[in-house]
Amino acid sequence: MIELDEIQKRMLMEVADLHKVPEGAFNIRANGKSAMRNTTANIDIISKPEGAGIDIKIKPGTKNESVHIPVVLSQSGLKEVVYNDFFVGEDCDVVIVAGCGIDNCGSQDSEHDGIHRFYIGKNSRVKYVEKHYGSGDGTGKRILNPGTEVYMEENSTMEMEMVQIKGVDSTDRYTKAELAAGANLIVRERLMTHGSQTAISSYRVELNGEGATADVVSRSVARDDSYQKFDARITGNAPCSGHTECDSIIMDQAKILAVPSLEANNIDAALIHEAAIGKIAGDQLIKLMTLGLTESEAEEQIINGFLK
Amino acid sequence: MLELKGISYEVTEDSAQKEIIRDVTLTIPDDRFIVITGPNGGGKSTLAKLIAGIEKPTSGQILLDGEDITEKSITERARMGISFAFQQPVRFKGIQVLDLIRIAAGKKVSVADACQYLSEVGLCARDYINREVNASLSGGELKRIEIATVLARGTKMSVFDEPEAGIDLWSFQNLIEVFERMQKNIQNGSIVVISHQERILNIADEIVVLANGSIKEYGSRDEVLPGLLGTSSAVNSCQKLSK
Repeated sequence: MIELDEIQKRMLMEVADLHKVPEGAFNIRANGKSAMRNTTANIDIISKPEGAGIDIKIKPGTKNESVHIPVVLSQSGLKEVVYNDFFVGEDCDVVIVAGCGIDNCGSQDSEHDGIHRFYIGKNSRVKYVEKHYGSGDGTGKRILNPGTEVYMEENSTMEMEMVQIKGVDSTDRYTKAELAAGANLIVRERLMTHGSQTAISSYRVELNGEGATADVVSRSVARDDSYQKFDARITGNAPCSGHTECDSIIMDQAKILAVPSLEANNIDAALIHEAAIGKIAGDQLIKLMTLGLTESEAEEQIINGFLK
Repeated sequence: MLELKGISYEVTEDSAQKEIIRDVTLTIPDDRFIVITGPNGGGKSTLAKLIAGIEKPTSGQILLDGEDITEKSITERARMGISFAFQQPVRFKGIQVLDLIRIAAGKKVSVADACQYLSEVGLCARDYINREVNASLSGGELKRIEIATVLARGTKMSVFDEPEAGIDLWSFQNLIEVFERMQKNIQNGSIVVISHQERILNIADEIVVLANGSIKEYGSRDEVLPGLLGTSSAVNSCQKLSK
């Protein structure tokens, strides 16, 4: 067991809203090593050989339990690739909170590439929350390249909330999902980039069974000289319905590329995509200014609301 | 007290100067409910925007309680006690009705207090308090929320730009009641409403008729209203519907 320092504790608050040791099952990884772990009667956490990640096994029928698996990096120059596999049995209802915080005060780049694979059993419901946060004033970059793969059995539901608001210099993330009949995937992504950050987010969702549904919604704000690319594809291979939406606010000298795409391989696949990029509307600023806010306060309120 | 002294406002249209407001001088004393009416295109909304600071006059001076606010920004005027309800309320993705009321009040008002403002404008607070101020709300709902934000601010000077536009007939009665209550509760301030609705003109203390950017008439309701009845400056709801 490793004691967490103050920086690590602060980052745990940012990425997992954890003020103290969480209830239920958890695994806290700090600077490349497992720092604390707890398992429950229904949720087991097993290390993979050579510290390459963990297997999380959730017994069939587990309801109203949670798993926290935050990662914090406070050592400059650390680069790691971690594989975490979640095996969720049938008829479960669980909340999984992941998240990664990097504090880099040094001159070397710090990088955490977490690959999460979810195998979700029939009729199970999973809520997954993932937050990314970077801090520290070193010249070394804070890099996060997460990969998420979701394999959903019949009538399962996965609700994913992915948030990256601050301090991560470079992100290239991919999310891949395969849905069987009646499965339902909901994705809510919130992203803000500033400075010279770059963020690439791609989704590949395959609706393979009758009645499968997916709703992938991204809202992002690009400030300063940052760059964002959103690339989402929904493929309908059966009678199914899919919707993807990307809504971005562009500011300063930022650049945004939105590439929503759809592929239908079945006549009863109903697929929709929407994409919008625009600056903050002048009348929105004026309205909030007539309520007594300054222009920059108004801007903050609009962005906060948009990314809520 | 708000004073407009020799206010003019010009815009450049097709490389020609066009005068929207011409040398308007007007004093709005405290404790008054004033309705500005006049034909469409007469400059009513522009005058309201000049008061709120959204537009700056080409010439002239605006004074609030004797202080020159001509060069003050929208924010400064808002903080000095001027509220403005938009003719076409603005939509915001993600910002909830409760957020907007809290911003308007300038403090963290309780949910119960925020609900009070919504009930005041005839909205069932429970159904609306957590709604986003976005395209899912109808024009009439947005208008009422807009009015609720002005109530939440509780400033001495409130300007409403055509508050009845887009509001259905049933709500219209409610709107009149809102203004009547506001009128009763005015303390060291005044309410300015841009409207050509007869029922709103009927509750005015004073009426200003603005046409072609100039004040044609300004006086008490009893002096001004009889001459307006039957013209486009004082329409009743049925006339409006039959248009």
